[in-house]
Amino acid sequence: MSATATAAHADDHAQDHGHHHKQTFISKYIFSFDHKMISKQYLITGIFMGIIGIVMSLLFRMQLAWPEESFSIFEVLLGKWAPDGVMDPNIYLALVTIHGTIMVFFVLTAGLSGTFSNLLIPLQIGARDMASGFLNMLSYWLFFLSSVIMVASIFVEAGPAAAGWTIYPPLSALPQAQGGSGLGMTMWLVSLAIFIASSLLGSLNYIVTVLNLRTRGMSMTRLPLTIWALFVTAIIGVVSFPVLLSAALLLIFDRSFGTSFFLSDIFIQGEVLHHQGGSPVLFEHLFWFLGHPEVYIVLLPALGITSEIIATNSRKPIFGYRAMVASILAIAFLSTIVWGHHMFVSGMNPFLGSVFTFTTLLIAIPSAVKAFNYITTIWKGNLQMNPAMLFSIGLVSTFITGGLTGIILGDSTLDINVHDTYFVVAHFHLVMGVTAVYGFLAGVYHWFPKMFGRMMNKNLGYVHFWLTAVSAYGVFFPMHFVGLAGLPRRYYTNTNFPIFDDLMDINVVMTVFALIAGAAQVVFLYNFFYSIFFGEKAKQNPWKSNTLEWTTPVEHIHGNWPGEIPEVHRWAYDYSKTNEDGEYVIPGQDYAPQTVPLQEGEEELNH
Amino acid sequence: MTALLTIIVLILVAIAVWQMTKIFEFSQIGVENAQVANDKDNKLNGYLMFAFLGFLYLLTIYCLAKWGRVLLPEASSAHGKDYDTLMMVSMVLIFIVQAITQTLLHYFAFKYKGEKGKKALFYADNDKLEFIWTIIPVITLAGLILYGLYTWTTIMDINEEDDPIVIELYAQQFNWKARYAGDDNVLGDANVRFLSDFDGQNVLGIDSSDPNGMDDIISTTELHLPVNRKVVFKMRSQDVLHSAYMPHFRAQMNCVPGMITQFSFTPTVTTEEMRQKPEIQEKVKHINELRAERRKKGEDLENWEFDYLLLCNKICGTSHFNMQMKIIVESEEEFNTWIKEQQTFGQMVAGNEN
Repeated sequence: MSATATAAHADDHAQDHGHHHKQTFISKYIFSFDHKMISKQYLITGIFMGIIGIVMSLLFRMQLAWPEESFSIFEVLLGKWAPDGVMDPNIYLALVTIHGTIMVFFVLTAGLSGTFSNLLIPLQIGARDMASGFLNMLSYWLFFLSSVIMVASIFVEAGPAAAGWTIYPPLSALPQAQGGSGLGMTMWLVSLAIFIASSLLGSLNYIVTVLNLRTRGMSMTRLPLTIWALFVTAIIGVVSFPVLLSAALLLIFDRSFGTSFFLSDIFIQGEVLHHQGGSPVLFEHLFWFLGHPEVYIVLLPALGITSEIIATNSRKPIFGYRAMVASILAIAFLSTIVWGHHMFVSGMNPFLGSVFTFTTLLIAIPSAVKAFNYITTIWKGNLQMNPAMLFSIGLVSTFITGGLTGIILGDSTLDINVHDTYFVVAHFHLVMGVTAVYGFLAGVYHWFPKMFGRMMNKNLGYVHFWLTAVSAYGVFFPMHFVGLAGLPRRYYTNTNFPIFDDLMDINVVMTVFALIAGAAQVVFLYNFFYSIFFGEKAKQNPWKSNTLEWTTPVEHIHGNWPGEIPEVHRWAYDYSKTNEDGEYVIPGQDYAPQTVPLQEGEEELNH
Repeated sequence: MTALLTIIVLILVAIAVWQMTKIFEFSQIGVENAQVANDKDNKLNGYLMFAFLGFLYLLTIYCLAKWGRVLLPEASSAHGKDYDTLMMVSMVLIFIVQAITQTLLHYFAFKYKGEKGKKALFYADNDKLEFIWTIIPVITLAGLILYGLYTWTTIMDINEEDDPIVIELYAQQFNWKARYAGDDNVLGDANVRFLSDFDGQNVLGIDSSDPNGMDDIISTTELHLPVNRKVVFKMRSQDVLHSAYMPHFRAQMNCVPGMITQFSFTPTVTTEEMRQKPEIQEKVKHINELRAERRKKGEDLENWEFDYLLLCNKICGTSHFNMQMKIIVESEEEFNTWIKEQQTFGQMVAGNEN
């Protein structure tokens, strides 16, 4: 053993001593500094919030299919908001709003990126933990606090926030305009402000960890694509979330302290308000300056997870690693300069609309490259159809279907007539909703053995996937037609427009599929919680994967690796690599983990 | 009821599948690595991937065949023709790309389903291939961007050439009002601070000291437009954001409190002509059949006749779902007759002072 290695070992050993203090229940399971535990906390909280968000969507889908019909489930769950089981229009708007908020921020931002950044960054770059365990813990508990406030806001007397998840003022600013714009909206804003603080602490930690704590040999170009995606996601978060904080703060000022940042010339309930000179369009700019990058904050981790899972299960290297990294970077950069495509008909200067059309359609290029690279990775593979792989393939499918309609919406001309219709709802649910959820589920199935030391049941996984895949398309594909028929979103019912009467049967079909999709998630929940306690014991590297997390023992230990931190000798994608004689580089094994030194005569690819 | 039955059937199917997998699972107890996909799983799911491709195609065809008719009819405005063409071009492109990529994805997933001992191809890079599929989107998108931007600048070039008629659309929770600029074709100044003038009868807050406003005409029920004459809309809102959405004319603009937004188009088809179109007649017939069925079940519904609509398309509160106004496109003469019957703001003021 060389001298440097011995020194490093001694160093590691010295560090280990620091961890030998006694763990209590509280320090191990609640206020834990350990990234693996924090990741599980994010996951469980995210799943819990996801249940709330999905149940809400099922409720308002039922109202849309059978408008103003009485359902006892409404009476049970909504109480005074559903007299005689008929849903009230105010709670319909509230459900839509909170569903959007919870799914976008609490499930797909914190639940997805929080879970997998925490789990994978230290494990896949070969670090003992995050750069700051304390900030990491703080980040989770702020997230938890904001979740509690958000959930509590649902029970407010005058109703939770109901101005849409985009909370455009003046509707969100004036309690006179809507019941939900009272205490409910205050709590929404407070919750989001805390959420942003949590997200920033987390993101800064991820960035520092990836930059500084990579193990020996782990150069940036040897990072697995998951880490690239999570790293860039954190950067976008740091760039854009503070802008949402400023929007939220200014809105709080307008609401509570009588300022006029977003309000002007308002007459409501027989009274002229004193507000003068503000502009709601300013709020829209600030909101979407986060709001659009947010789409990629949600999407990139899913794409990163998928890259890893597709390569592992295809037993092939990811095709075009450099192009994939470049695409992630290009998407991240472009995502910060396209926000105006949400505002083509907001009253913003039409010339700006032209600029945003240009940048928006540009983003289709790196997205297309990613889609093609996934397809080529599958080509001539030896596909192992584990549930995680199925969800990854499903993800590529919905990413393409949903992404293509973006070409329509990103075009300012075409946006005029489909803006804020169900066409938009169908588009973003496919491209960021379903796609990101698939990425999340793929990640859970794939890294479950790493997180809980047990395997999830694959057959239940198959049932879960196929039911979900069919019903997700069943809900959102027909929805495009509803949008192209001109039906605006966020309508409690469309029975006041006879012209939309012929959409009734589509609405029923969509709702039936939505209910099936909801039922399919019960299969997942059962599988998830059952397997935590009773699943088959996992092996160290069940999927025969190359990345570093599978070199750690199944039992979680503080510091991840019992001995030295492993050294990295190759990239993460040496699957089915052969020598010139056609034999695998490690005979009899179709993968070469990153810790395995280059074999004699083996060439490292200049990827 | 059928829906409920469908749900029950599907749930039962799901339970059956689940139970079958359970049985399968028990038969596997003691097998090494039982929860990692084996050849049998790969095969089954590979075939299912192929079946899923079939499902996607069938779904697409079914939706187009069954619901193609619910889509908006041909545009009834001058710029709407360009809009429809651009939409058609984009849609065709999307369908082609969708068909190709989904086929490749699911076919590969089926074709290369794993088998024990099979060797995957180590294929990490191909600059040429990547260049090709970068450059193809670049060229296609460049075309689309140019076409789109050209149309956009034409639509958004709002000016008062060609003697347009100037109309204000005024939004409030939860109704629309329209103000015609009158003989001088200039809208009088207005502000929410004048709303309480004349005992609240000044429903649009027109400044009674501005002479331009005296001949303005307010309609609170219908929006009448003369056919083939350019209309310049000036939008205002008195409380929260609203969006004036006129889908048949491919027109939409938000109404923002504190500012005046604009949109302009030329209606080209009168309401009457529209009602004569075969596709519209078919739609009306279909919808009236649906309404007759619901009437039988005891709902109080009238027969429907086609009309253009102005809808609110920005969430604005409780009754957002019912904020609408009828639009009537008619000949110049009919329009002139209608507008002569309306009271001007000046007449309203005079009537109030007496």
